[in-house]
Amino acid sequence: MIFDKKISFSVVLVMTLLLLAGCSGFLLGQDQGGSSDKGQQDEKSNRSVTIGLSQIGSESDWRMASTRSVQEAFSPGRGYYLIFDDAQQKQENQIKAIREFIDQGVDYIILDPMVETGWDSVLSEAKEAGIPVIVYDRRVDVKDESLYTCWIGSDFLLEGRRACGWLSDYLKDRGINQDINIVNIQGTLGASAQIGRSEALDEAVLAHSKWKLLAKESGDYTSAKGKEVMNDMLRRYGGIINVVYAENDNMAYGVIDAIEAAGYTIGADITKGEILVLSFDASKAGMELALDGMIAVDTECNPLYGPKLVEIIEKLEAGEKVEKETFIEEDQFSAVGYINSVKVEDTSYPVTYLTPEIMKEREY
Amino acid sequence: MSKKIRNMTDSNMLLSITIIVFLLMYIGAIIFQGKGFTKPQTFFNILNANAGLIILACAESLVMITGGIDISVGGMTALVSMCCAVYLDHHNGNVPVSMLIALLIGLAYGLVQGYLVAYLDIQPFIVSLAGMFFARGMTTIVNSDPFNVVNEQFVALKLTRINVPGMGSINKKGVYVNAYVEIGVIIAILIVILMFVMLRWTKLGRSFYAVGGNKQSALMLGINVKKTKFLSHLICSVLAGIGGYVYFLHVGSGAVTNGQGAEMNAIASSIIGGTMLTGGVGNIIGSFIGVLSLATIQNIVATAGLGEAWWTGITIAAMLCLFLVIQSVLMARKKKMMKK
Repeated sequence: MIFDKKISFSVVLVMTLLLLAGCSGFLLGQDQGGSSDKGQQDEKSNRSVTIGLSQIGSESDWRMASTRSVQEAFSPGRGYYLIFDDAQQKQENQIKAIREFIDQGVDYIILDPMVETGWDSVLSEAKEAGIPVIVYDRRVDVKDESLYTCWIGSDFLLEGRRACGWLSDYLKDRGINQDINIVNIQGTLGASAQIGRSEALDEAVLAHSKWKLLAKESGDYTSAKGKEVMNDMLRRYGGIINVVYAENDNMAYGVIDAIEAAGYTIGADITKGEILVLSFDASKAGMELALDGMIAVDTECNPLYGPKLVEIIEKLEAGEKVEKETFIEEDQFSAVGYINSVKVEDTSYPVTYLTPEIMKEREY
Repeated sequence: MSKKIRNMTDSNMLLSITIIVFLLMYIGAIIFQGKGFTKPQTFFNILNANAGLIILACAESLVMITGGIDISVGGMTALVSMCCAVYLDHHNGNVPVSMLIALLIGLAYGLVQGYLVAYLDIQPFIVSLAGMFFARGMTTIVNSDPFNVVNEQFVALKLTRINVPGMGSINKKGVYVNAYVEIGVIIAILIVILMFVMLRWTKLGRSFYAVGGNKQSALMLGINVKKTKFLSHLICSVLAGIGGYVYFLHVGSGAVTNGQGAEMNAIASSIIGGTMLTGGVGNIIGSFIGVLSLATIQNIVATAGLGEAWWTGITIAAMLCLFLVIQSVLMARKKKMMKK
């Protein structure tokens, strides 16, 4: 008999511990937004929209800023309940997360796909379940385009064109008419950002008779590799390099290190033998370098997708149509001055003059 | 009641704990999470995503019952999936041969590891640690970039679904969607049944328990301890090869990161399922439920919006602690009673 009591005590213990271990999790979750079940019982106006977000991981500042932006945009206060899943760099986990979202009957699925291929099967399950899928940042490559509702992301070619446009306008404005020797420190070969940004430079070199592309080599988006590649180029070409086109801020950081170590000066005054550095991303570290004039112009790769995604989902909720492909708005920052806007294919894009105040306002 | 418990074997008692806790957890999920967990497809998706892990857990339980351990099964999963992926895509191979490759890798691993552990008497942890490093290394040598397999024959097999009648649900648009399982699940369940029968009713099966429980007594019973150990590692690795292929069939890609931590999940599942690290105690059905428990907890955590990676880890840790505490408390009570 004593043992029976002890057994029942143990069962109670099990249940309590279980509550502590697992349930505190979802009780917490419910506090945040109320489950979709409850939501549906309420008046329609009070209904909270449940959204499943499958994110690649948290490997870089850029990615984390992106996640934060989406999480903040879909806050419970605005009537959203966001289920976030971190796939830790594995497509398998993303597919699993999407299946879980489908099982939970979320209203929308937002996906930042790890790779382009391999989504057909799981996205058709989402379609079968009647859940719209919004893809952002990277693209998906599926046979049937109707498997996802829309895509939103960066226009990497435009980013490159704006950087080249700035350089061209700057040279014209300063009346610099000498030969311009450029080296291109590329991103990871095959990444869509690398393809777009490199293509824009190749285009610009063809369009300007004075521009010469001395070399291009991949720095894998890391500062260590960027530095290594730049060292190599300085050994090969030395003082004749005028412009370095670094395809992200991390590599620009390495490039600047290498140039300074080799005893050259960095700056916008090409006629005095200074080396001008162009960069992309506009991360915090990159912007600080731009403020010091080490990076002449930093073209933004905007991670703040939250507001734009809210806009899309509000449209879908209202039953409106959305564009299949939209590009996110991006800015360009420079502390060099002289140039206020850059023209690309008849559209004028502003260049923001970088001040410490602007730096403070930026979250990323 | 107390008499009944007294008569239960250790394995059976631990198994009942596992099943009770799993059921409690699932019912808890239905009550608190609602909606999703009432759908049978949620359960089937757990099976689909973890078919490979179920087989790996069976393999792991077998060596653990025999008193060993094998931490190379995760690495083998990566190696098997990468080799098969490269063969199917880069060499335009066919599916049956790729299955053979998986089996051969398993067999080779089993022969080497089994020999080292059983006949050269090296610690199974060390042997399989080396095996894990070798597998991960080899995977990178075979191919370092992750890619999705596009081989038509393979993709067709991967997409084959077995509908489960009467278990479907109605979607948002009011259309009935069939519930399904993948082929891997069928294979996994067959293996669970096969292993269960083998361990419970065959002479070989009982000798695994005997060797794991007490080597000396096993020897005196006339069991060939070395051979039994060798066989446990051999079967484990072959199963890991099959598990690796089932995993590959589910994810459809070759990547160095495939099956990362799978060995730890397999060990955790076995422990949750009532297999003891000290050997001699364990049950394949328990390991099967163990995998389901692990996956269900992950599912609960993820759908509660706690998708950040650390939450899953923390809950699994809490769950393991819980099971170990319950196990040792109940076992201690039982021992006390036996003395009375």
